[in-house]
Amino acid sequence: MYHITIKGLNVSYGNHHVLKNVSLEIPRNKITVIIGPSGCGKTTLLKSLNRLLELQEGVRISGSVLVDDESVYDPKVDVTELRKKMGLLSQRPYPLPMSIFDNVAYGPRIHGTRKRKKLNEIVEKNLRAAGLWEEVKDRLKSPAASLSIGQQQRLCLARCLAVSPEIILCDEPTSALDPFSAQKIEETLSELKTDYTIVVVTHNLRRARRLADYVGFIFLGELIEHGGKKDIFENPKDERTRRYISGESYL
Amino acid sequence: MRVRKVIDGVSEKVMCSVTAAVSFLVVLIAAGLYLKARPIMEITPIKELLTSSSWHPLKGEFGFYPFLMGTFWVTFLAMIFAIPICLLCSIYISEYAPRKMRDVIKPLIDLLAGIPSVVYGVFGVLAVVPLIRDTAHRINISTTGYSVLAGGIVLAIMVFPIIISVSVEVIQSVPYEARESSLSLGATQWQTVKKVVLKKAFPGIVAAIILGFSRAFGETMAVLMVVGNVPQVPHSIFEEAYPLTALIANNYGEMLSVPLYDSALLLGALILLLIVLLFSMAARLILMRGGR
Repeated sequence: MYHITIKGLNVSYGNHHVLKNVSLEIPRNKITVIIGPSGCGKTTLLKSLNRLLELQEGVRISGSVLVDDESVYDPKVDVTELRKKMGLLSQRPYPLPMSIFDNVAYGPRIHGTRKRKKLNEIVEKNLRAAGLWEEVKDRLKSPAASLSIGQQQRLCLARCLAVSPEIILCDEPTSALDPFSAQKIEETLSELKTDYTIVVVTHNLRRARRLADYVGFIFLGELIEHGGKKDIFENPKDERTRRYISGESYL
Repeated sequence: MRVRKVIDGVSEKVMCSVTAAVSFLVVLIAAGLYLKARPIMEITPIKELLTSSSWHPLKGEFGFYPFLMGTFWVTFLAMIFAIPICLLCSIYISEYAPRKMRDVIKPLIDLLAGIPSVVYGVFGVLAVVPLIRDTAHRINISTTGYSVLAGGIVLAIMVFPIIISVSVEVIQSVPYEARESSLSLGATQWQTVKKVVLKKAFPGIVAAIILGFSRAFGETMAVLMVVGNVPQVPHSIFEEAYPLTALIANNYGEMLSVPLYDSALLLGALILLLIVLLFSMAARLILMRGGR
């Protein structure tokens, strides 16, 4: 039933203990939104799932993360396969220094797809899925950097879908975008949840309310509580959650 | 109060004029070289000076071709050795090496830049030249060891620190998100470096190489000690050559009683200056376009 199971996850950078004993189950084919104030470990949690975190110097990770009941931190795990399974949409879109087409085809190419016809299919399908196809179909060869930032974010989404992930990790995917582009991304994510498990990190409560099926609240590195959207937003059990959601000060 | 303002105004003017004087030096040097080189260009057409191989100052024949070729081959060889080694080194330092190791290696490589060139020359004479001679003899090539190859190797070592430190800088300035985007799609680290990081850093790396090239091109002391200084167009890397810089350094001030000799040498200097200026402008241009 659960796609990702996090058990007793601790992360620290040097002396700074960022995540404290976090345990969380993330259900399959739903949107799970992690909320909490900035700088409390949301992004760290997200990047510990696809092991991008360990690239930072001086980071220590303990505890377990299971995806489909397999441990992500098992030394036998092929980390490139693991990351392929989990697409990442970051806060600021970063198009690779190449054309629109090549950006989407980048993933399939590094995983060995060479045939032009197959690549064309993949690129069109995923640009459509990300809602960008109509806008760029006549200029697939132009540099990705020439797109507007909202379009770039949808391009990044198409790029991450192109390697057929099972999970999409989104780190504040709309905070750098204008409201219109933000809405487009949100709509796309809501459509995609029938096929993907989606984890979104945000400090924007309105966005969380619109998107979420499940909600987790992180505060100062601790997962305070988690559950269905209704439970968290309408009937929070913890005082800190209630205060955060109602916009009162934390103390 | 007034004194403070006067000092403020004067200090600005002093700094401004010093800066102007320093930047004017390039123009001054180029103009001086041109004036001195004019007599020989009036007698012999510049085209002939550049393409003739006969160097007989006493007969008034000044053919620069062998020296140009000497400079070209030594520099070319140095770059062939230096580019791949420097690239691999820079990639390792900036992408793979743990921070502690990087903190040790980088200053060590930068130290190479501080070694006086005469020390490189001595190293070349004592280590590189005999090594080439003995190795070549083993494969039945007769050479004194003083050769284009020796010059190339010594120069390559001298440009390592320049190319490496600029390249490392450039590669490290590629945003972390570039790597993250590629890795999160399941690319290996090498794929990420090759297809994203290097692509992004390419203009800067080209500029680094051109900087190294300019250094190698103008280097005098170390080269002159190991290339043999025979005025001929080298036909193999084991033959002696006579680069332009070595020609000027060896002869200027000694043979000036020969008519036009000094004019010819200064023409050589002018050619060197122009080529290096051209390349550093190219580097600047490439860096600027890459920065956009």
